Amino acid sequence: MLKEHAKLMCLLQQAGEISGRKKLQKIVYISKKFKFDFGERFNFHFYGPYSEELSLKMEELHNLGFISEDKEHKSGYTQYTYRLSEKGEEFLRLYPTEIKGLEPFVRRLNQESSRFLELVSTLLYFDHLPQEELISKVQKVKSKQKYTDEEVHKALKFIDELRALCHV
Amino acid sequence: MVSHILTQKLDEEKVFKDPVHRYVHVYDKLIWDLINTSEFQRLRRIRQLGTSYVTFHGAEHSRFNHSLGVYEVMRRILEKFMTRPAWQEAMPGWSEEDRMLCLCAALLHDVGHGPFSHSFEKVFNTDHEEWTGKILLGETEINQVLKQVSDDFPHKVNEVIAKTYENKLVVSLISSQIDADRMDYLLRDAYYTGVNYGNFDLERILRVMRPHEEYAVIKYSGMHAVEDYIMSRYQMYWQVYFHPVTRSAEVILRKIFKRVKDLYDEGYDFNCQPHLLKGFLEEKMDLKDYLRLDESTILYYFQMWVEEGDSILADLCDRFINRRLFKYVEFNPSIHMRLYSELEQLFRQAGVNPDYYLEFESSSDLPYDYYRPGEEGERLPIHLLMPGGELRELSRASHIVQAVSGKAQTDHKIYFAQDLLEEREQAGCRDVVAKIRQALRDAEKSGAR
Repeated sequence: MLKEHAKLMCLLQQAGEISGRKKLQKIVYISKKFKFDFGERFNFHFYGPYSEELSLKMEELHNLGFISEDKEHKSGYTQYTYRLSEKGEEFLRLYPTEIKGLEPFVRRLNQESSRFLELVSTLLYFDHLPQEELISKVQKVKSKQKYTDEEVHKALKFIDELRALCHV
Repeated sequence: MVSHILTQKLDEEKVFKDPVHRYVHVYDKLIWDLINTSEFQRLRRIRQLGTSYVTFHGAEHSRFNHSLGVYEVMRRILEKFMTRPAWQEAMPGWSEEDRMLCLCAALLHDVGHGPFSHSFEKVFNTDHEEWTGKILLGETEINQVLKQVSDDFPHKVNEVIAKTYENKLVVSLISSQIDADRMDYLLRDAYYTGVNYGNFDLERILRVMRPHEEYAVIKYSGMHAVEDYIMSRYQMYWQVYFHPVTRSAEVILRKIFKRVKDLYDEGYDFNCQPHLLKGFLEEKMDLKDYLRLDESTILYYFQMWVEEGDSILADLCDRFINRRLFKYVEFNPSIHMRLYSELEQLFRQAGVNPDYYLEFESSSDLPYDYYRPGEEGERLPIHLLMPGGELRELSRASHIVQAVSGKAQTDHKIYFAQDLLEEREQAGCRDVVAKIRQALRDAEKSGAR
């Protein structure tokens, strides 16, 4: 029952909390890209890889009381912080869900900002391109974010770090 | 230099009679050539609404006529956008190539769909969008036609469909909260299912659409037409796309595919071998074989498997062909967390295999994307162009849209083979079947809305 939902609860349990819907989206996308078992489909949207299925599942989990979603009003927008609720913990006890090796990976991702993870996930989205073409493509589709060369190189280095973390 | 094929017109305009748009007009030779490719013609053999025909008997329309419809809506949008001198400022540098990219993407956006995509893709872990890319870029007639423009034109069309093309206005016209695809499928699905919910004033929306930098906006005076469109979407999802009977048929389809996969993995010797599915069963499907799959081939297998030696496969196929669907009850997973493991155990005790005759389903497994405002960076909202020239996000201006925004209603259902439980009851398993019935009754009380 709710197998795919349970994986998201497991992710939140291991992360502790995740602040921001965008950050959550990018964490799941990057994890999936590194072969962690998430079923949600991602498409490229205006702000990078995005999954409507994931948004919906999070809303359902919130409606069911399995996760808490705290809203914080920031300048011009609302930020959501997600945590696993007691009921969610109970659900995971009943239906144990394990995603091997996910915890250190997710905790590492969670240390970064959503802006940075947006860049990392976009680089990963186009990782079939040769590096020079990849950077140029990302700069074009993310022109509004105005990522500096330094940020792009930091992101590429970060991807190598993640590879090492997963032994990929 | 502009490739001459971009501007090459047919000697005589071609028209398709269409029940939704009255006529679909084709002037460009490139579009006509694309329609005549075998990969596009294949869409005639794939229904637009999958299993909805078991609920709404008129819902037999194909992805072919929907694709033509999206093309027609796009053609009409571009006719307005590209001929108003005052709007050219919002479309700097737009060329014939951009126009043709929009038309080709609109026409070809669904070309990767396979038979009963939603159920098929879940079991075989495939994705029609990836197949669209392979069809556009691989050795196909479509690729040959697109290449007449330039070597990289197929790649550009693919990027527009995949939403990674650099000109975001082009992308938004085919894929956003109010795009050519959605405007056609709502009207078309409403027409063919015979419901009224999906109707809205397309003419009015096309009149009030304006290009604005990276996306199209709606002139403020057209807000009520957009409200109608949003409400139509909301109603269509709940009344048509998520209809529980349709979902029951989808559950059976998934179970058939699962049974075939399980049997194949066990080395079962089929009387009727699933040759056309072999690629998926062995996880190495090639493009040529993928394109041979359509609903007639799948239904042929189902007909043959009704007489298959494996009783579960034969029974599931018979259910699908003869519309002996699973019954369902609603439930609330948060109140009945233990229900799944309890029912699974009871089904086994009753001698009914829960892997094939019991399913817990939530609507999140289906496409569901009505407008919802969130933090910055989620999805592109619909913007109204106010009289002073500023933009206002739709749900901030419309109370009606606000009422359905950001509220995901979900329903969770348990699907099960009631007739098999009755059989087991007759065969003497009265106590365990009584327990199953009690558990389902309790569940249903929690799920009642």
